[in-house]
Amino acid sequence: MSAPSDLRYTRDHEWVRVDGDEATVGITAYAADQLGDIVFVELPDAGRDLEEAKPFGVVESVKAVSDLFAPISGAVTSTNDALASEPELVNRDPYGAGWMVRMTVADPAQLDDLLDGEGYDELVAAG
Amino acid sequence: MTDSEVAEAAIHETPLASRHEALGARMIDFAGGRMPVQYASILDEHRAVRERVGLFDLSHMGELIVEGATAGEALSGAVVSDPLSLAGGRAQYSMLCAPDGGVLDDLIIYRLAPDRFMVVANAANAQIVSDAFVERLAGTRAVLDDHSLATGLVAVQGPRSVDVLAPLTDVDLAGLRYYGIAEGHVAGIPAQVARTGYTGEDGFEVFVEIQQTGQVWDGLLEAVRSADGLPVGLGARDTLRLEAGMPLYGNELDPTTTPFDAGLGRVVKFNKTGDFVGRAALEKVAAEGPKRTLVGLIIEGRGIARHGYPVLIGDRRSGVVTSGTQSPTLGVPIAMAFVATGDGEPGTMVDVEIRDGRVPARVVPLPFYRRSS
Repeated sequence: MSAPSDLRYTRDHEWVRVDGDEATVGITAYAADQLGDIVFVELPDAGRDLEEAKPFGVVESVKAVSDLFAPISGAVTSTNDALASEPELVNRDPYGAGWMVRMTVADPAQLDDLLDGEGYDELVAAG
Repeated sequence: MTDSEVAEAAIHETPLASRHEALGARMIDFAGGRMPVQYASILDEHRAVRERVGLFDLSHMGELIVEGATAGEALSGAVVSDPLSLAGGRAQYSMLCAPDGGVLDDLIIYRLAPDRFMVVANAANAQIVSDAFVERLAGTRAVLDDHSLATGLVAVQGPRSVDVLAPLTDVDLAGLRYYGIAEGHVAGIPAQVARTGYTGEDGFEVFVEIQQTGQVWDGLLEAVRSADGLPVGLGARDTLRLEAGMPLYGNELDPTTTPFDAGLGRVVKFNKTGDFVGRAALEKVAAEGPKRTLVGLIIEGRGIARHGYPVLIGDRRSGVVTSGTQSPTLGVPIAMAFVATGDGEPGTMVDVEIRDGRVPARVVPLPFYRRSS
């Protein structure tokens, strides 16, 4: 299971897809698999400012509660409303239908601090 | 003088660990051993047990044998229930309490023969229970033998349990009622077969010699698979027991909790003959009434209540959540919680503090789930 090469990754297992001046954020397939069946996702309201490396939401599996950490700073432009009724989308399609928030990119330089796909795979392999 | 044997520190390593790993299970450290928490999906395993059948490895549980001419009387002095009221081949839910009435463990006591009892203890408490029994049986003629390390335990649970087990056993399952136990064979291996469980479904627990646990597991797993069932880990075991309103030691029960707090006062038999550890303290609690009560909650807002989250009514803290999850069967978040005694009426609205917010929840009767048959 290797991480898509067109995304950037945090060490906390979030991914970021940058598209122009907007970024889409979710959690990796590895994270979703480690959590197990995801049954609840709590996301911030649109308009909220997120700060790099600070918690912005929560994902819960049957057994565990995990914080989501903002990969970069920026303002939330929209959230994935489908996750309210279908949190299992995160397990099923973590890089697609299981996305979590879209946000502005306040400081593009922060993207340089993130891992590429290969770097993230190495992180996972190192356990 | 005592004839009781002093139990040695027990590591409850399951004899099935390599089998679980071969099945792709995620293993966790649990009570000194490694146990499967899930094989593929807790939700799928949960549903398999509710709708079809599941197979559990419970070899980590503690099994103590108490025997001798006065075994029943000695046991009766050590626990809050009345083991002497059991007929042979029957079981009862019980608790071991401290002198102050706090619960040290919850137990199932099986009367295997007139003078022979098996006490099944939680893995994490097996040593505490064994130590307490050594002390409490001292001076009696009962003999205590800790069989935990010599005993394997697997459970078949779910509506298809009889179909799965019947072809593999010579025990008359139709004649084995709920909370009964009988001796026979399973998959050709000598076994004690009990109609007990921790899921809210019909099912059986099979006690065997530890070296033969693998053969019994293999036979049962094949039969469970043929019945569209799954092996089930500790993760689904927890969600199943929570829906069934059954307490988990460490969550709903602990040394600061009496059986009456947990709504389990019926387990305490004050009318039995003789004294028992905790009697005076428990009689006081029973007379005065417990200050808190264990309730079910259905969360009506968005969020999952977890162990330790505060329960509020207005500005007043009423209690605390003991267990909570998203109910796979009901499709809503459920929880058990201690609340102040006056707040326990079904229909009462409370708030659960979840992170930095408050989420409304309704007090409901336990259990959340009761099987239809």
